[in-house]
Amino acid sequence: MSGASRQGGISFTSVTKRFVNPKGEVMTAIRDVAFTVEPGQFCAIVGPTGCGKSTTLTLTAGLDSPSEGSVRVSGQTVDGLTRNVSFMFQADALLPWKSVLANVSLGPLFRGYSRADAQAKARDWLRTVGLSAFESHYPHQLSGGMRKRASMAAALINEPAILLMDEPFSALDVQTRSIMSNELLQLWERTRPSVMFVTHDIEEAIALADKVIVMTAGPATVKAVYDVDLPRPRGPVQEIRFEPAFLELQRRIWSALREEVEHAYQRSTGGAPAGRSEP
Amino acid sequence: MSENQPLPSPRPTPAAPSIAEINRARARRRRQAVLFGRVAVLVVVLGAWQLGTALKWIDPFFFGSPLGIVLRLAYWFTHGTAYGSFWFQIWTTIEEALLGFIVGVLSGVVVGVLLGEVPFLADVAGPYIKVVNALPRIVLGSIFVMWLGLGLASKVMLAAVLVFFVVFFNAFEGVRSVDRNLVANIRILGASRLQVVRHVIVPSAMSWIIASLHVALGFAIIGAIVGEFLGAQHGLGLVIATAQNTFDANGVFGAMLVIGLLALSAEALMAQVEKRLLAWRPAPAGEPAGRA
Repeated sequence: MSGASRQGGISFTSVTKRFVNPKGEVMTAIRDVAFTVEPGQFCAIVGPTGCGKSTTLTLTAGLDSPSEGSVRVSGQTVDGLTRNVSFMFQADALLPWKSVLANVSLGPLFRGYSRADAQAKARDWLRTVGLSAFESHYPHQLSGGMRKRASMAAALINEPAILLMDEPFSALDVQTRSIMSNELLQLWERTRPSVMFVTHDIEEAIALADKVIVMTAGPATVKAVYDVDLPRPRGPVQEIRFEPAFLELQRRIWSALREEVEHAYQRSTGGAPAGRSEP
Repeated sequence: MSENQPLPSPRPTPAAPSIAEINRARARRRRQAVLFGRVAVLVVVLGAWQLGTALKWIDPFFFGSPLGIVLRLAYWFTHGTAYGSFWFQIWTTIEEALLGFIVGVLSGVVVGVLLGEVPFLADVAGPYIKVVNALPRIVLGSIFVMWLGLGLASKVMLAAVLVFFVVFFNAFEGVRSVDRNLVANIRILGASRLQVVRHVIVPSAMSWIIASLHVALGFAIIGAIVGEFLGAQHGLGLVIATAQNTFDANGVFGAMLVIGLLALSAEALMAQVEKRLLAWRPAPAGEPAGRA
């Protein structure tokens, strides 16, 4: 039995997902995808824009079910919403009509904690992400980076076994982005959930992950898997990217990805109809 | 060489007023000018009206006069009307409009959220709602007077129906336009369906609903007054109808003025409520100064 069947492990076995788009056409988002994520492993998924990377996350979360094949989380086939999972989207999923504190305390509240206990727990996490002074602010009153930190606290407060991240930092400017990457790693070290981190940025993927999965242009399937054996804790993301091992990995992954990116680009400009769809 | 020289002190001489002060003074002057303009318009219009009737250029019998209106109102407030004190007529209308508003808003929100959340119901009910909405709903007032009599209930019903449709359509649209990401996220956090409605759907639809409340409040007052027109024992609508039947132009204008003041204060109250309920929203970039 592999580690993927333990708490927090994820395994995809020849998973295909098709959608019917509003025009009634059948689109294949991902085709015959197979990979595993060991418990506590940080796995990055890179691929060309719109190739169906995000579909792997919604399938893991149980927001959607595969057309063929099976998705197993902690050894159990996903059927309905997966328990013990948190999701971070590209757009903030903070509720704009609730204060930062109320937003972060939602997780424990839904788990059945009393309001007071949930808020105490939320205050703990806000202290951890350095937002104690802003607990009564509304999300629109915070900067983009602060909103991301609040989102991370909201996602991690239930101490999920799995953290799913869909290009969570891609809307931030470059500097804020690398700061957020550092903070994410620090938070991740505390509880060590398994992570599936979708991005189109190879540098971000290598700096954060233990394993990088490269997907093909849509319909997406796994093209190659690279193990990142840089030591942990990694330290500042801004510095690690100049190390020779990092550069070598980056070169190898890019050579695998480039073909797919060009393929996807030609298709999007050449107008050849194909099963490209990313919900 | 000149570039390396220390710059002269940038501090302005104390005598010169700062830009902030100049701006403040300019804004103050403008506010005063606007206020003066408004008062001038009022004085000119009322003055011309009063003068016109005094000089018999316009017939005070049909058009009333400002002084006549004031005297008529003073008489009503001190001596009452044929059907009880004037305050009681005002209160009756307020009561009807308020009850109608509450009933209409609550039912509109409940039905709007329900249909927005359950597409099957929306598809089934859709055509009927369109048909009823296309009817001139004011005529329902006649039916309600027949059904419910001359008392409070028929006016409350008419006001509620007018309010319902405004609120319903906004609540429905509001629910339909909820950010699906927020719903997915909160479901993953472990929210039940009811918790999703309570924490995401309703608050998100709230800004739509609140936008409709301004219009709805106006409709509530219209519903109450038209209902009283169609048949009532008390209320400002009855006061107007009676004044009209006795060719009392001053009476019609006087009651109109009272209704206008009523609507304005309700509007001001509504603005306060809106500010409280939507405190979480970022201040809009270009908020128009005088909202209708």
